[in-house]
Amino acid sequence: MRLEPASEEAAAEAVRRLAAERTPVRIEGGGTRQAVGRPIQTAATLSTRALAGITLYEPAEMVIAARTGTPLAELERVLAEKGQMLPFEPMDHRPLLDSTGEPTVGGMVAGNHSGPRRIKAGACRDALIGLRFVNGRGELLRAGGRVMKNVTGLDLVKLLCGSWGTLALLTEATFKVLPKPEAELTLLFEGLAEPEAVALLCAAMGTPFEPSGAAHLPVGIGAARARTLLRLEGFADSIRYRADRLAAHLREHGPAQRTEGAESAALWRSVRDVLPLVEPGERAVWRLSLPPKRGAEAVAAIRTARACEVLYDWSGGLVWLATAEDEDAGRAAIRAVCERLGGHATLVRGSIDLRARIEPFHPTAERVRRLETGIEDAFDPFGLFNPGLLRAGR
Amino acid sequence: MSGIALPAPDPRILARKAAIVAELRRLVADPAAVIDDPVELAPYETDAFTAYRRLPLAVVLPSTTAEVSAVLAFCAREGVPVVPRGAGTSLSGGAIPQEDAVVVGVARMNRVLAIDPADRTARVEAGITNLAITEAVAEHGFFYAPDPSSQLACTLAGNIAMNSGGAHCLKYGVTTNNLLGVTLVLVDGSVVELGGAALDSPGYDLLGLVCGSEGQLGIVTEAVVRILPEPEGARPVLLAFPSSEAAGACVADIIGAGIVPVAIEFMDNPAIRICEAFAKAGYPTEAAAMLIVEVEGSDAEIDAELARIVAIARRHGVTTIKESRSATETAQIWKGRKSAFGATGRIADYICMDGTIPTSRLPEVLRRMDEIVRDYGLRVANVFHAGDGNLHPLILYDVNDPDQAARAEACGADILKLCVEVGGCLTGEHGVGIEKRDLMRHQFTEAELLQQMAVRRVFDPAARLNPAKVFPLDLGIAA
Repeated sequence: MRLEPASEEAAAEAVRRLAAERTPVRIEGGGTRQAVGRPIQTAATLSTRALAGITLYEPAEMVIAARTGTPLAELERVLAEKGQMLPFEPMDHRPLLDSTGEPTVGGMVAGNHSGPRRIKAGACRDALIGLRFVNGRGELLRAGGRVMKNVTGLDLVKLLCGSWGTLALLTEATFKVLPKPEAELTLLFEGLAEPEAVALLCAAMGTPFEPSGAAHLPVGIGAARARTLLRLEGFADSIRYRADRLAAHLREHGPAQRTEGAESAALWRSVRDVLPLVEPGERAVWRLSLPPKRGAEAVAAIRTARACEVLYDWSGGLVWLATAEDEDAGRAAIRAVCERLGGHATLVRGSIDLRARIEPFHPTAERVRRLETGIEDAFDPFGLFNPGLLRAGR
Repeated sequence: MSGIALPAPDPRILARKAAIVAELRRLVADPAAVIDDPVELAPYETDAFTAYRRLPLAVVLPSTTAEVSAVLAFCAREGVPVVPRGAGTSLSGGAIPQEDAVVVGVARMNRVLAIDPADRTARVEAGITNLAITEAVAEHGFFYAPDPSSQLACTLAGNIAMNSGGAHCLKYGVTTNNLLGVTLVLVDGSVVELGGAALDSPGYDLLGLVCGSEGQLGIVTEAVVRILPEPEGARPVLLAFPSSEAAGACVADIIGAGIVPVAIEFMDNPAIRICEAFAKAGYPTEAAAMLIVEVEGSDAEIDAELARIVAIARRHGVTTIKESRSATETAQIWKGRKSAFGATGRIADYICMDGTIPTSRLPEVLRRMDEIVRDYGLRVANVFHAGDGNLHPLILYDVNDPDQAARAEACGADILKLCVEVGGCLTGEHGVGIEKRDLMRHQFTEAELLQQMAVRRVFDPAARLNPAKVFPLDLGIAA
């Protein structure tokens, strides 16, 4: 059964019917991230495709709202017309997952997908100020609103962002946005070993020069020599000044080359979408979230157990790791290292067999999981939405 | 004032006071950490929402997470309500106790545990004051960004409970955007760690849920916060306008031009006069409205950005432009604004409202607010964060005049309803507490409130943590 409600009311009505029949449902946006998480099979699929359109845009207030089925490209185009953008630079998973379709606003919110600029401007969850959603009883509800500051009641917006469609069907999302920077410039250091590169990135993030990207591509990842990247964005005069100061501050790490404009933008798109790790396509790809200064240390420890290729973003706090898809694709070793260093690991790309065999999402502590189960019951008492996507038994 | 209903204490708990206090003393290392003498309890009878006050059963000031855990486990077993408390600076009554409740204050837990410049984090005990975090990390060239006006006194625990903001959150965000992890003691005494030094954590965003939950999901005893490198420099410009509309339009154009200052503060004429009389900040007392716009960066960056801002202000008929030329002048300009509440308190009693509105509705809201206040025969002074639409109308009244007090309360409610009507919300940074509890139905439907309460119930099934707040009482606890 495939449902494609064209209005929020129709969506709520559809969920009420599913609830009455206790029919679990897969929620689908543009379908570009269907291969993330545990494989699930449901009798019904609900597509947000027809729940589309910008519902509010006030450039002078830096606020935009859209139905969740709206293609992300459309939202970004409308913002660009007024010289604005989503602050968090959402990742496009299509290259990595070899998927087709159009990423939607809802899919982006459901996964809290955030790119390189997150290190400066925060994640999707930080820019998301309001949601409309249908809970598992088929009630159409609101959380947050359209104003920048709002502490009225429990912040269900945060809870729903990044819940991968397991708590509610999201129907509309409201974001605070930022002016698009006038210019960008990337400082590029070559030939650094991974620990030194991460140290450089962390030192740069501790300066007042506000890098909006801090990444490292080790030897052989997209180029023969290792590249350490720092991005500056803003008014042209300002970024040139900051680039000079930053390069001087970091001169012990060697001279910095400068890349501007489209060339710089292409570099960061490649980091954002993990392009250097896409091929060979049969490898498993993990996403490690760590205290930034631990990035290189974590990778070194994992390499003692298995071969892998990596790419560092977020000053070392985000490590993309590609490795052979044998046995558990390194799950035990990777998760043990991450937990020891205060992080966690998500399997973002893996075969359907692997994703059924291991938990793609990092398990939470027992007492926390009890809270999570309770929250699932509070939103979705009949277990309708994406059952089993995050973990077995739900 | 007596407009807000508070539940009657449970006589069975009151009757067991001596036994409860004795057990609490057994659970903490320092016997002086338990207060039960009525005279010593007096400072805990209210917070900065002083119109309502009640003595708690007892106060406990634990020194460790383990003590908080033991106290909560005991209270859960005994069915005793618990009211968490930081420094008691809540403007919404978030820390006001009830007679049958044990107040658990975290103010003794105020140590800095670790500062990590490489990860740009600080791990602290949650009873530390907001400003003390910045003081502790300053030697590394860092600061903690959220800066509520009460930052000298208020605790991080309270900031987390209320998701506090401040003047500089236009650029840096509010508490939730600067919080990476917490140690949370649940109502049954169990301890969970949410988040940490990594940028995100597995599972649902429980950290985001806990921040701003007004002490109803658990007691935060430790936290990891984001610290940021201090800017090279920061400088405000003071801009005066012949009308509030002109000032409001100037704000919209600054943002429309792609400039995001760290702060844009608005004051109307009554607020300008009150603050000038107190702080001698050199404010233009004849101006209808005034903006303080602050930008950061190098001297050249600041000059360039202020030039852009001043050019925009000129298009809106700015009458006074005062750029700070020194650190002293900068402090002077901010002193007036930051002392707005205190300065107002010298001339009258006031209730401080905290509604947020879409900034495009500002001229309309200011006009209608003025009408509302006049209809009640009262006066208002407006200071607020203009960049994000967070209003702080101060309704002036005489606390000793019950009629005026009742009018002030009703007037405040009408203003908040206006904020919701134009697309805003009841509270931008102070929290709901008891103050706005009964107005929640104006912002949320019953189904929406029940959804929030169902989530709260997961953490606290009997609603014993900070009871009778945030959610209208007639919705019950189990709902």
